[in-house]
Parts: sequence; structure tokens; C-alpha cells
Amino acid sequence: MSATNTKYIVGIFDDEEDVLHAIPHIKESGVKIHEVFTPFPVHGLDEVLGYQRSRIDIVAFLFGLTGFLSGLTMISYMLSFDWPMNIGGKSNMPFPDFIPVTFELTVLFTAFGMVITFLIISGLTPWTVPQIFDIRGTDDKFVMAIDLAHNKLSDEQIKEVLTSNGATEVNYKEFKS
Amino acid sequence: MHISSAVREPLVTGGKSYGDVTYDIVRHVENKPTKLWFIVMGFSLVLLSLGGFSLYKTWTIGIGAWGLNKTVGWAWDITNFVWWVGIGHAGTLISAVLLLFRQKWRTAVNRAAEAMTIFAVFCAGSFILMHMGRTWLAHWALPLPNTYGSLWVNFNSPLVWDVFAISTYLSVSLVFWYIGMVPDLATIRDRATKPLTKAIYGAFSLGWTGGAKHWQRYEAVSLILAAISTPLVLSVHTIVSMDFATSVIPGWHTTIFPPYFVAGAIFSGFAMVLTLLLVTRKVYKLEHYITMTHIETMNKIVMLTGSVVGVAYITEFFMAWYSGVEYEQYCFLNRMFGPYWWAYWSMMACNVFSPQLLWFKSIRRNLVATFTLSIIVNIGMWFERFVIIVSSLHRDYIPSSWRDFSPTIYDVGDYIFTFGLFFTLFFLFAKYLPVVNMAEVKSVLKSSTDKPSHKSH
Repeated sequence: MSATNTKYIVGIFDDEEDVLHAIPHIKESGVKIHEVFTPFPVHGLDEVLGYQRSRIDIVAFLFGLTGFLSGLTMISYMLSFDWPMNIGGKSNMPFPDFIPVTFELTVLFTAFGMVITFLIISGLTPWTVPQIFDIRGTDDKFVMAIDLAHNKLSDEQIKEVLTSNGATEVNYKEFKS
Repeated sequence: MHISSAVREPLVTGGKSYGDVTYDIVRHVENKPTKLWFIVMGFSLVLLSLGGFSLYKTWTIGIGAWGLNKTVGWAWDITNFVWWVGIGHAGTLISAVLLLFRQKWRTAVNRAAEAMTIFAVFCAGSFILMHMGRTWLAHWALPLPNTYGSLWVNFNSPLVWDVFAISTYLSVSLVFWYIGMVPDLATIRDRATKPLTKAIYGAFSLGWTGGAKHWQRYEAVSLILAAISTPLVLSVHTIVSMDFATSVIPGWHTTIFPPYFVAGAIFSGFAMVLTLLLVTRKVYKLEHYITMTHIETMNKIVMLTGSVVGVAYITEFFMAWYSGVEYEQYCFLNRMFGPYWWAYWSMMACNVFSPQLLWFKSIRRNLVATFTLSIIVNIGMWFERFVIIVSSLHRDYIPSSWRDFSPTIYDVGDYIFTFGLFFTLFFLFAKYLPVVNMAEVKSVLKSSTDKPSHKSH
């Protein structure tokens, strides 16, 4: 066991309700939780873990605004300034006609901008090597990882806290850092 | 916590556990392809190659290979385009609109429906490219700087709107589908035993682990994607309908077209979802996930949208008479009793009369009847587009330019090509990707299973 490795205690739970109810008690016992891994989104998990609301909606809005303005600018420039055409004496700046393309570009920019931002901030790329604490965490188990370097309690105490709060299994996991 | 009313039928039957859900879906990816799969895949590839030859001839000869003439300048190409793009509406509707409306039954069907949507839009797009004739100049439809001025595309034209609408719809649907699949791909990666499988699914699952922070952002992203995709779905067929509605051709120049086309798109899309899912459900033994309740719910949507379409047909007919415009009146009478009467009455029989059978609960819950009706509806929807396009064009203002349309072997061949493409892609999807969204099904399992929870809360 080299000193550079990060060592975790991994608690396995069988049910999302168990893990939801266990987290406040585990935190009260003074154990810091690294992360909880679940096979599906468990509602309320982010709240009990004390995570802040995601601000991805602001990102989405800003990208949408960019798309909207780019679309409108592009079309007006091309059709009204760069090469204005006289089509039956109609207006060179027919805004209602610009709505469909501007709308589509707003949606396109929002979707791609938001999703790419999400992937970058979450470190999700095709070459990401995931830290898998327990492979059942994407199947049917709820996996709680506790970083030993960030906890003052001893291994035995942490294990005791996990088992007394409903963990059905407690294992060690090490990653080379 | 979720509160669901007790009277509703469960979404997942058979008392499945989380592990059962994973096993039931992933085993089809992990197992070797069956003999049946090779047979159907072989059949699709035959269609694809036959159609591919026809496509090659269309490209080299030009669209003169089709049965078009000076009067009927749009026929099977645009009919097939609108038909496919209409079918490609159900997937995003199910995953976006039903997500916003919190319809939990969508979880079992959204993955396959979205896949179908994307493949149908590929087919629609291939007709767009084909009907340009000189496909290698397709980029001229985009506002790219060029040496002619630059001469820009005309943003007043619905055809240009369509370029933006279809390409945005295709790419955003693809992103929505893929992002929804990432957690399930991670499940396959974690179960994989062979290094190659692990590497491939590992790369596509983007290192997903299911951490609470990731799930929190993921849910926010899904919700926003749903919110922007909802108006997107409605915009696409609205804009397709404007290709016709903004023209001055009697029979096309109608303000009812946008809602009428959107309803028709949902109608045919759900019919195609039913056709594919009834077979997938049977072959993959997914009866506990795609239950009779799911089928009945989709049948209700088919009945509703079919009736909306029926009302639209009658409204169109009424408006033609009420407008007092003799060309409009002639156009609609000609549709009913002219040379294409058989297409009109096929459309009426398939789209207006046959879905009315779905008022009966016994028919909504009958698999054979549902399957038959879903195919009849799609035949009807093809005729609808054919009637709108060809019957409005073939009687021009000057009787000397009246021409009928009959397809050539290349019209048929190009249509076969898209069937080959669609089924090849669908069978590849059914074999190599999880056909049901496991993560979402697991998230509704507790609140909707027929097995009593072992906890009281």
C-alpha cells in the first residue's frame, strides 16, 4: 500500500430509501461522504448531501440568447444589408419571416451549448477513466464512498457508522493517484 | 416523495427488482445475435442494396428517372419525405412533451421511440437530398459565403426554414437520445466481460459513474432539453406544412395546415411506434415493461389525433366551399371524385374511419387489432400526403397542361431504399443498444410496481 494511493471505504445499500435516510445520520456522526453513486436519479439525494442547485439553466439561457442574437444578426445582415433584394416592393427587413430560422438557431445553440458545458464540467469524455467504487452502482446497488484521507474517524468507527445505518456491505477501495 | 394514486394500473408488472430490470434489458445486448436477427437483418440489407442501386441510378440519371412531368413536379419524393418526417415526431414527443407532463408511462417506450424518430428523420433527409437532383450541391441550401456575391439563401422561403428545422430537429433529437442513453451504456460497460466490449461501451458511456452530483446536473439538462424540444417538435411539422401553405396552389394554400400536419405527424408517429414496439415486445419478451396499459394509452393518442385529422379534412372541405373560390372548390371535388378518388377514399378509410374502432376498450387492448390498425394508419397517412401533393398539382389552371402521375421503378426503388435504411438502423439499435431506458424504468419502479414495497413509506 503506497502512500500516494487514495483509499476509500465503500458502503453498499440495497434500497434508495435506506441510503436517503442514512445520510443525515452518517453526517451527524462526523463522517464526511465523498459521493453517493446510484443506478438512477434518486430525488432528494442532492439535498441531503447538501449540494447546491445546478446552475446549468443559466448556461442554457445564455447559449439560447447567443443563438437568438446570432440568428437574427445573420439573417438581417444577409437579407437586409449585404444583398437587399426588391421582392415585389416588400420590406427588406421582414421580421416575421425571420422567426422560424431564429427560433431553430436558438434551440440548436441552447441544446449543444448546454450539453457540451455539462459534459465538460462533469468531466465526461470518451477518454475519461471512471473511478468505479463498485460495479453494482450502475445496476441495482446504492454505493456510498468515504475518502479516508478527509476523515478523522478510524476505519473501524466509519465501518460501524455505515453498518448501523443500513449498509449491507462495507468494503475498501483504492485508486492510484 | 412521489404520490401515485392507487387506482392506476402498475407500469411495471411481474414484481421486478432493480437487478431484474438490468438483466431483462441488457441480456439482449450481451447475448449473441439470434438466428431471427440475422434473417431480418439480411432482409433489410437486401432492401438497402436494391434501393441503393435505384438511388445510384437516380443520382446518375437525374430526377428525370422519376415519373414527374411539367405539371406534377413534386410527387413520391415529397410524399415520402413528409411521411417519414411525420413518423419522426413520436419519439421526441414522447420523451419531451410527456416528460414535461410527468407522464411516467413514457419511460418504457421513450428509448425505442426516439431511436425510431432519428432513423425516420434520416430517411426523410435522404429524400430532401434526392429531390435536389444535384445532391452534391446540397450545401447551397445553407447560407455559406460564395463567389457569386455572396449570394445568400432566401430567408423568406419556407424551404430554407425547412433546412434549418430538419437539421436542428435531427441533431437535437440525436443529442437528447444519446444523453439519455449514457447511464445505460455505463451499466453495460460495468457488466461487460470482454475487453473490446468494455472499451467500446466505455468510450460511449463517457466515464459515467452515477454520482449524485452528476445525476443532479443530468436531470436539469434533461428537463431543459425537454423544454426546448417541445416547441421544436411542433415547429418542425409546422414548417413542413408551410412548404405548401405559403404557396398559391389551390388545395395547399390553407391556414389550417400547421395544426393539421402536426396532428397527422403525431398520429402516424404513434402508429409506427406501436408497429415496432409490438414486435420488439414480443421478440424480447418485454411484456412486463411495455404492458397493455402502455399499448392502450398509445392507442388513445392514435384515436385522438386521428379524430383531429378527420376534423381537419372536413374543415378543409367546408372552407373550400365557404371561400367561394371556384378553384378551391374544384380542387376538393376533384380529390373526391376525380382520377385520384381511390387515393382520397383510401385516406379517409384508413385515417378517419378505422381509428374510430379504438373507442372500444377491447380493441385498444387487443394486440392483433392494434398491430393491424397501426399499419393501416401509416398506409393512410402516406395516402394523405400523396393526395395533398399530387391531386392538388395534376389539374393545372389550363386544361391543356392537365397530366396524371404514375411512378417509375426508381420512384419505388428510392422508397424501398429508405425502408432498408430504416430497418437496418432499427435492428442494429435493437441488438447493440438497450431498447428500454433502464435508469428511468428503475426510477418509476417503486411508485408503480405491482409488488408491495417492503417498507411502509
